[in-house]
Amino acid sequence: MTRGRLLWPLVALATLIVLNIAVEPSFVELRIQDGHLFGSIVDILRNGAPTLLIAVGMTLVIATRGIDLSVGAVAAIAGAIACTYISGGGDTVTAVLLALSVCVLLGLWNGFLVSVLGIQPIIATLVLMTAGRGGAMLLTEGQIITVKDPLYRQIGSGFLILPIAILISLAVLTAVALITRRTALGMLIEAVGINPRAGELAGVRSRTIIWTVYAFAGLCAGVAGLMISSNVNAADANSAGLWIEMDAILAVVIGGTSLAGGRYSLAGTMLGALVIQTLTTTVYTIGVPTNVTLVFKAVVVIAVCLLQSPRTTKMLRARRETAVPTSRSQEVAAG
Amino acid sequence: MLKKIATGVSVLLLATLTACGSGSTSSKDGDSGEAGEITMGFAQVGAESGWRTANTKSVQQSAKTAGVELKFSDAQQKQENQIKAIRSYIQQKVDVIAFSPVVETGWDAVLLEAKRARIPVILTDRAVDSDDDTLYETFLGSDFVEEGEKAGEWLVENTKGPVNVVELQGTTGAAPAIDRKKGFEEKIAARPDIRIKASQSGDFTRSGGKQVMEAFLRSNPDVDVVYAHNDDMGLGAIEAIKAAGKKPGKDIKIITVDAVKDGMQALADGEINYIVECNPLLGDQLMDLARKVVDGEKVPKRVVTEETTFTPEQAKKALPDRQY
Repeated sequence: MTRGRLLWPLVALATLIVLNIAVEPSFVELRIQDGHLFGSIVDILRNGAPTLLIAVGMTLVIATRGIDLSVGAVAAIAGAIACTYISGGGDTVTAVLLALSVCVLLGLWNGFLVSVLGIQPIIATLVLMTAGRGGAMLLTEGQIITVKDPLYRQIGSGFLILPIAILISLAVLTAVALITRRTALGMLIEAVGINPRAGELAGVRSRTIIWTVYAFAGLCAGVAGLMISSNVNAADANSAGLWIEMDAILAVVIGGTSLAGGRYSLAGTMLGALVIQTLTTTVYTIGVPTNVTLVFKAVVVIAVCLLQSPRTTKMLRARRETAVPTSRSQEVAAG
Repeated sequence: MLKKIATGVSVLLLATLTACGSGSTSSKDGDSGEAGEITMGFAQVGAESGWRTANTKSVQQSAKTAGVELKFSDAQQKQENQIKAIRSYIQQKVDVIAFSPVVETGWDAVLLEAKRARIPVILTDRAVDSDDDTLYETFLGSDFVEEGEKAGEWLVENTKGPVNVVELQGTTGAAPAIDRKKGFEEKIAARPDIRIKASQSGDFTRSGGKQVMEAFLRSNPDVDVVYAHNDDMGLGAIEAIKAAGKKPGKDIKIITVDAVKDGMQALADGEINYIVECNPLLGDQLMDLARKVVDGEKVPKRVVTEETTFTPEQAKKALPDRQY
């Protein structure tokens, strides 16, 4: 079942990569420069790291039948805090810790609204989505804060052969996978998402779990915000992490996790995030005119989502006897 | 509410009557003691960017030095707030109203009220879309097409032989993005050996500029010049060029528009080669126009902000007093 769900995002990713290679053969070229890997694929990994990280946090939130719209604003806050602190002469490590603690607190606030006050997640996190960016702008006084800090720079644009940003995201992804899948935690999270009441009766402490996943999503958003701001050495409260919540939700959905909660797939989320970033890079590489960019992206996303929907799967399965396997992959390429 | 409108209307009527009596040259002698003193109502968009903050400060500063009494309001990016502010200025019988419209349309009613109250209106920075251009005296703001032309001109004059350009556009559909592209293309048409190899939107942000530039560097390794519609995208492109192991300003030349402080710093450091200014400091020009309008002098319908261009040497000189 899991393999079936991951098939279409994989096909989409492969198609996009093939398309890129067809237009620009140097796309897959990798070389070592200044002691690290360098090439389009590396760019995709680095630029996709924040979305991937946020999507990991979002996966757990969605698995509990929740959603977190505030992650973009939280990312902006993280960058604003860190850069304001550093440009005020503060120490980098303290700045990062300070920013991340605030983000965890903001996540706890979301969790409090959802689990204790019982406000619907989409509304509860909408509060912070709107107010958070305002807060970040207050902090930076509406200006773009530029910092020149070699250590801070490493988070978003540093390399240890591979970009540090993607290493962080993959480490978090692996840790979450191990912790939730090797222990019962994953099952408990799914239990909360499938039926909180039944879970509660079976002894699952759903309130604590919900609280934890929102705090974790806040932390992920915070780290992602630091990556985004460190990548350009500046905090731009107005536009940092703008609409990234939508990209993250999309990544989760493309990865096959249902917004109705319950079963989730971290591998799927990773694929989803890669598809989205590759899509963005493809637009630049193959030179899609700016005024049709959004349509192009929408078509690809719709194609993937359609192919994944249970009904389409059923229809395809019914036709499988008559259709030759290769004709299906052509359909995707055309879509 | 009705009462308010009624008072407003009667106040307006009275104002018109007295104005008729005293002649049209100076209708405001009645409410300001000293001759020549002007009261201006200014309805600002909000405080959405560093550029806007500099714009606000400039207006406030210039009002002080020009001896203009300024009534300032911040609309927080909402048209209804701006309309309210303008109505209250009409009621307060200010001598002149100035504002930067949040959006282009929907101003006819309130501007007509101002016209009936014989209060001249000056638009700053952004235009309104209206069939009746008698509703405002003049529009003071940047000419984005001209900014693009200046950028193109520099490129034509300062390069030889075939040049491969990549363009980082502003937000798709935004007036500055459309016009800066247009002006630039018109100028470089004179040199067929200058070719725009790729053009994508970087959304006026640094990360947008960096990401697009990274992709451009892969698909067009032979790029010679980057033309960015604002400084921030140019600054993002610098990061991408550095990461690719090339020298911004030398291996790849960079032209941007705006001249904000960070951009000017990069220009002074030689990482940007040329910046076309988009000037938010229109306070002095605004006060000057306001005085003329109140004195009944004729002013042109369109006044372009005084804008210049910067080379690295000029940037070094200008940088210490750069306010924004």
